[in-house]
Amino acid sequence: MLVFLIRRLAQSAIVIAVMSVLVFAGIFAIGNPIDVLISPEADEIERAAAIARLGLDRPMHEQFLSFAGNALSGDLGTSFVHGVPAIGLVLERFPATLELALLAMIIAVVIGIPLGIWAGLKPDSAAGRIIMAGSILGFSLPTFWVGMLLIMAFAVSLGWLPASGRGATVDVFGVPFSFLTLNGLKHMFLPALNLALFKVSLVIRLARAGTREVALQDYVRFARAKGLSPARIVGVHILKNIMIPVVTVLGLEFGSVIAFSVVTESVFAWPGMGKLLIDSILLLDRPVVVAYLLVTVLLFIVINLVVDLLYSLLDPRIRLGGAKA
Amino acid sequence: MTRQEPVLEVEDLRTHFFTRGGVAKAVDGVSFTLNRGEILGLVGESGSGKSVTGMSILGLIDPPGRIVGGAVRYRGEDLVKAGEKRLRQLRGNRIAMIFQDPMMTLNPVLSVETQMVETVLAHDKVSRQQARERAREALVRVGIPSPDERLAAYPHQFSGGMRQRVAIAIALLHQPDVIIADEPTTALDVTIQAQILFEVQKLCRETGTALVWITHDLAVVSGLADRIAVMYAGRVVETGTTVEVIDGARHPYTHGLLGSVPSRNRRGEPLSQIPGMTPSLLNLPEGCAFRPRCQRATEICLAVPPLSDGGHGWRCFHPEGAAA
Repeated sequence: MLVFLIRRLAQSAIVIAVMSVLVFAGIFAIGNPIDVLISPEADEIERAAAIARLGLDRPMHEQFLSFAGNALSGDLGTSFVHGVPAIGLVLERFPATLELALLAMIIAVVIGIPLGIWAGLKPDSAAGRIIMAGSILGFSLPTFWVGMLLIMAFAVSLGWLPASGRGATVDVFGVPFSFLTLNGLKHMFLPALNLALFKVSLVIRLARAGTREVALQDYVRFARAKGLSPARIVGVHILKNIMIPVVTVLGLEFGSVIAFSVVTESVFAWPGMGKLLIDSILLLDRPVVVAYLLVTVLLFIVINLVVDLLYSLLDPRIRLGGAKA
Repeated sequence: MTRQEPVLEVEDLRTHFFTRGGVAKAVDGVSFTLNRGEILGLVGESGSGKSVTGMSILGLIDPPGRIVGGAVRYRGEDLVKAGEKRLRQLRGNRIAMIFQDPMMTLNPVLSVETQMVETVLAHDKVSRQQARERAREALVRVGIPSPDERLAAYPHQFSGGMRQRVAIAIALLHQPDVIIADEPTTALDVTIQAQILFEVQKLCRETGTALVWITHDLAVVSGLADRIAVMYAGRVVETGTTVEVIDGARHPYTHGLLGSVPSRNRRGEPLSQIPGMTPSLLNLPEGCAFRPRCQRATEICLAVPPLSDGGHGWRCFHPEGAAA
């Protein structure tokens, strides 16, 4: 276990180092921030001063080395546009995205797993077919369109839920969260549902495929022959066996929801990281984009680690590190 | 022998599978009686319907299969007519089952303790602690060393033979009246097989549990069973005490089976084979299902032969040992 963690940390450090090079090089390939940042009326002297101030006059490798040196001490540069530390900007938006993503995942699990198991147990029933047809819709409908439909239905026509913003927030250790207030939850619900729709479909399909496979296993038959109740057979014997693929995919999806919930955040004007990324790319605010991408990489690493730890909880045959095989 | 009241009576049981290709009559009129503490060997080739018979007794047949007729009487109560709730009370409690492949019958992600304790709690209102104690005792009874450690272990940490012992321990938890063992030693190697056979026999004798031992191996049951029923294509073709069936086989199929078992008396001689293959259940020959493979078959075999009366019965118009 300890060996596993140490090895994993070393791998993560390498991943982050490689990613920072890629991100830094990639960001150089797109546009020249000077054109966007400095007013066209500025004269040559002002331009040169601005370029020197931002450090853009130095060659790329020098820029990278100074960036990397600062990054090691936690400084990912200062936003060209806002003039404040880039990492601060990203982390400020992070809680909003995190809570939205978490709620979306909870919705996906709470709706997706029961429906998927049902469809897997009774694949030929009407309900099973309807669930599967519905999951195809969930896969195919574009997120932005569903988001607008949700706004039209629940915010405009019915007026039940607000259409945009975060609503009231409560500070926990100085970090604002919406999910602790009723008003905040109301604001979260529609965007979370929008984000969850695709994941629900995914979870339904995984749970159904797993259930169909597991339900035919001898150990399920043996469980029935032991006289167990159907609730126990489905809720323990089947559920625990189908969770491994579900957890794997949910882990990956959780990362992508946090990193790329751009569309939903735009539609619902949710002040999360996705919106910050789009704005920063448009303004060629390099440090913010770099900081954002590095935070995302870190996030994926952490999620993958958690998923691996969950595996060993779910399946006793998986021993982390493989040292004691 | 038949003085005792039977604990399980199967009468004219019919289980059919309604598939796209037609109706497969997997079990088509099987009858047998099981007395208290008796061991019945249910013998047949793959596809003869012996496993389906076992499943039918506990009502574990899934669609497209269905019990279409007959009765399964447990102490006089017809289980075919019983509801799911009643069946669940009996399963694992009064009638337990052991399956063929010990690698597959234990849930890989649940500890042995969980799987045993849940079986106790499914039928008895006892505390978790008491249930655990009973699970421990059951493991001791089937000869598993250091039961406390073993309870905490997971199935993949056991060998095949040990897993089958665990499955047997689970079957014994409620001291059932009947255990249906569906080829429980087929997947094990021969030495383990012998141990398990010996122990199961001992445990059943001690507790008075009746046993239906389903197998394709006549040699196994000949040393174990009190009585034998030979199945072919969904029907019992010969039944009687072990001595009657093994030493005085009348049905040509039983005869063929016995001829294909290696024996010390016929050293060096080639083993005899039954010509042909088991017929498809979707397309059974008319009359006696064994007719196309039988050298003694005649016109009369186009009708289904009745099971002859008496303790030793056979379904054949031209039994071995009679003038052909």
